[in-house]
Amino acid sequence: MLKDITIGQYYPTGSFIHELDPRTKILITFAYIVGLFIVSNFAAYGLVAIFVLGCILVSKIPLKYMLKGLKPLRVIIIITFVINIFMTAGTIIYSLGPLSITMEGLYQGTFMALRLMFLVVGTSLLTLTTSPIALTDGIENLLNPLKPIGIPAHELAMMMTIALRFIPTLLEETDKIMKAQMARGADFESGNIINRAKSLVPLLVPLFISAFRRADELAMAMEARCYRGGDNRTRMKQLKMEKKDFTSMLTVGVLLAILIYIRISF
Amino acid sequence: MLKMIEVDKVTYDYSNNEQEVIALNDITLEVKQGEFVVIIGHNGSGKSTLAKHLNALLLPTEGDVSVKGLNTKDEDKIWEIRQIAGMVFQNPDNQIVATIVEEDIAFGPENLGIKPSEIIERVSDSLKTVDMEEFRHKAPHLLSGGQKQRIAIAGVIAMRPNCIIFDEPTAMLDPSGRKEVIKTIKKLNKEEQITIIHITHFMEEAVDADRVIVMEAGDIVLEGAPREVFSQVERLKELGLDVPQVTELAHQLIQEGIDLPHDILTVDEMVMNLCQLK
Amino acid sequence: MSIKIENLTHVYNPNSPFQTIALDDISFEIKDGEFVGLIGHTGSGKSTLIQHLNGLLKPTSGKIFINDVNIAAKEVKLGDIRKNVGLVFQYPEHQLFEETVYKDIAFGPANLGLSGEDIVTRVRESMDLVKLPFELLKDRSPFELSGGQRRRVAIAGVLAMKPDFLVLDEPTAGLDPKGRDEILEQIKNLHQQVKNTVILVSHSMEDIAKLVDRIIVMHRGKVSLMGSPREVFKEVEVLESIGLGIPQITYLMKKLKENNINLKQDILTIEEAKEEIIKWIRGNSNA
Repeated sequence: MLKDITIGQYYPTGSFIHELDPRTKILITFAYIVGLFIVSNFAAYGLVAIFVLGCILVSKIPLKYMLKGLKPLRVIIIITFVINIFMTAGTIIYSLGPLSITMEGLYQGTFMALRLMFLVVGTSLLTLTTSPIALTDGIENLLNPLKPIGIPAHELAMMMTIALRFIPTLLEETDKIMKAQMARGADFESGNIINRAKSLVPLLVPLFISAFRRADELAMAMEARCYRGGDNRTRMKQLKMEKKDFTSMLTVGVLLAILIYIRISF
Repeated sequence: MLKMIEVDKVTYDYSNNEQEVIALNDITLEVKQGEFVVIIGHNGSGKSTLAKHLNALLLPTEGDVSVKGLNTKDEDKIWEIRQIAGMVFQNPDNQIVATIVEEDIAFGPENLGIKPSEIIERVSDSLKTVDMEEFRHKAPHLLSGGQKQRIAIAGVIAMRPNCIIFDEPTAMLDPSGRKEVIKTIKKLNKEEQITIIHITHFMEEAVDADRVIVMEAGDIVLEGAPREVFSQVERLKELGLDVPQVTELAHQLIQEGIDLPHDILTVDEMVMNLCQLK
Repeated sequence: MSIKIENLTHVYNPNSPFQTIALDDISFEIKDGEFVGLIGHTGSGKSTLIQHLNGLLKPTSGKIFINDVNIAAKEVKLGDIRKNVGLVFQYPEHQLFEETVYKDIAFGPANLGLSGEDIVTRVRESMDLVKLPFELLKDRSPFELSGGQRRRVAIAGVLAMKPDFLVLDEPTAGLDPKGRDEILEQIKNLHQQVKNTVILVSHSMEDIAKLVDRIIVMHRGKVSLMGSPREVFKEVEVLESIGLGIPQITYLMKKLKENNINLKQDILTIEEAKEEIIKWIRGNSNA
C-alpha cells in the first residue's frame, strides 16, 4: 500500500552524521551540490565518490538501501545519458541512420549521468540521517536572518511540520475512501486515461473535504493552545553547534576548495 | 469557593444559509474552582458552542463570559484566558500538531514563551500525569485513539491551566479508549485539582460528576447532582438521552409498585437495595 | 445462500520485520437471513475479516464461499461479489462526494451497469428503507444535511446495490443516543423487510443483545466465542479477559446471584429482568 514508500525517509542509526546539527548538514549538502557543478573531470568525480562513500560508511546506512533510492530515477538517468550521447557534436564513432554517437557525447553522457546520481545519493543522505523535525528546525533557523527581507521562516517551518504530521493520516484516509468506493463498485484500475481520471473524482472529493475539515479543526485546536505565529515563541529544543560540526564543515570546505582548484588549473 | 467560570445571560446566534440559528439562548451558568461538571445533550443542543465560549474561541452575541474574572471580550486578555482554560477536542487526529509526541506537548508552552529548560520539565511532568512516558519519542499517528487523546490532554496540561474543557473527547473512541480517557480526566480533577467541564453524550460518564447540566436547543433544561438528574428517567428519554440500564430498571420496578429509591445509578446500588427486600 | 469461511488466514507484510497475523485459521458459516453480531477489541481482526467478505482483501490462505462461490479464487469477478456483499464502513458519510443526495446514492447502481428507471427505483427504495424522504431530499447537497442524515445517505448508497449480505462496521459510532437508536431501528426493520443477511460490528453490548441472533467474538485473529447472545453473555470471565463486557442488565443478574438472589442468568433486556425480579419479589412475599 501507499504507506510502504520509504525512499528518502529518516533512517535512524545514531551515527556521527545523525548526531550532527541539522544546520551543519544542510550547509554541507548545499556546498556538496555546488561542488558537483564545479566538478570538471573524472578525477574530481573520484574525489566526490570517495567523499560520498565515506559519508555512507560513517552513517551506517546499508549501501543497498541507498541504491534502492536510485531505482525510481533510473529512467531519468538513462534518458539523460542517451540524449547526451546522441546530441553532442564531435568525433563520430558509430552511426545509426540520422543519429550518431560521438566520442564527446559518450563522455558528456557519462558525466551528466554521474552528476545526477551523485546529486540524488548525496541529498538523500541528508533526509536519511536527519529527522524531518530536525530538518524543519534547521531550515527555520537558517532562514531566520532573512526575515527582514520578507522570508517567512517560521511560517514555512510550521507548514512543513503540519504537512509531515498529516501525510500518514491522509494516506490512511485515502486507503479507506478508496476501499469504501470500491465496495460501491468503483473501479480505479481499468479503462483508458480519461476514464481513470474520472474515476478519481469519488476519491478526491471526499479527500479534499476531509482535508479542509481537518485544517479547520486543527486551526482551532492550535488557537486554543495559544498559537499566534512565530513572535515571542520559544523552542524546547535548542540547536547547538559543537566542535564536530565545525570540523565537518571545515573538511567539506577544504574539499570544495580542492574541487575549485582542479577546475581552475586543469 | 472561587468562581472559575461565569456565563452571564449569554446568547449566541449565527446565520447558516440565510437562516438565523440561535445556538445558545440566554444561558447563565457558574462553575466553581475544582468542580467537575458534565454537560450532556444530543447533537445540535448547543453544548459544543457553549464549550467554545469558555476559552474565547467564540464570543457571545449578547451577555458575558468570564474566566477567573477575565472577560472573554477583552482582547488583551485572550491569551491569558486560553492558558487558564485549556481545551481538548473530539477528533484526536486533528489536534496533534507535531510529528513526535514530546514536540507536540511542547507546542503550547512554546507558544507561551516559556524558557526551554522549563518546557522540558513540563513535558516530562505532563507525560507522567497521563501515564504516557514511554511514548515520548514516538510518532503520534502510530498510537491508538485513546493514547492520542491522552497526548492531547498532556499538551493542554503542559500549559498549566486551572480548568480544562473537554469537548466530546470520547465520542470517537472504542470502549477501552474511553475508559483510559475518563480515568485520566478524573485523575486531573482529584489529584491536580483542575476544574473540569466535560461534554459528552455518554451518560455513564456523568455518574461521578459533581454536577450534571442537560442542554436542549440552546437552553439548560436540567441541572443538579447526577442522582437528581438521572432520577428523571421520563424527562431524559423525552430529550432523546440515555439513562443507565439499572436506573431504567429501577424506574420500571417502582412503577410496578416495588419499593426502591429513585436514584439508583450503579449495579451495586441495585444489588444492595434488592438484597434488603429479601 | 450463505457465507462460509474455511481456514481463513491473513498476514500483513509477510516475510518482513513488520509481519502481523491479523486472521489466524478462522472457520465459520453464516446462514441466509441471519443477523450476526461481530464483536472484539480494536485490533482483534474484525475489520480485516469484513474486508475479506467482499474481496477488498485477499486471504493469505483459506477459502471464502459466498453463495457457494469461492471468492478467493483467481477467476472470480470482484464486481459480482461486491454486488452481493454490501459493506458499510465506519463513518460512511466521509465517502459522500456528489452534488446531490440522488446522485450519490445512484453511484453504486450506476457502477453495476443499471440505467434510467432502474436507478430511480433503487434510489427511491433505499431512501425509503433508511427513512429519508425522497422528494424532499433528492436534490439537496448531502453536505447540507445533519450528521445522522448524512450517514443514512451513505448507508442508502450501499443498500441501492441490493446486496444479499449487508455488513455494517460500527454504524452508530459518533452518533448521539437518538441518532444511534434511529439507525439501529432502521437496520432492524430492514432485516425484517428485505430479509437479507446482516453482519453488525459493534462495541455496544447492549445494542448487540437487543438485535442479533448470533454473536461471533474475535480475539487476536481467532474466533474465541460463537453462539446466541444468551450463550455468549454467560461467559463473563472469557469476555472480560479479552477486554469486552456484557450488557449492564446481564451483569446485574450475575451480581444478584453472587449475593444469593438466584434468578435466571441469561437475561438480555430490561423487560426480561423486570419480569424475573417481580416474579421473585412476589414469590418472596407469598412465602
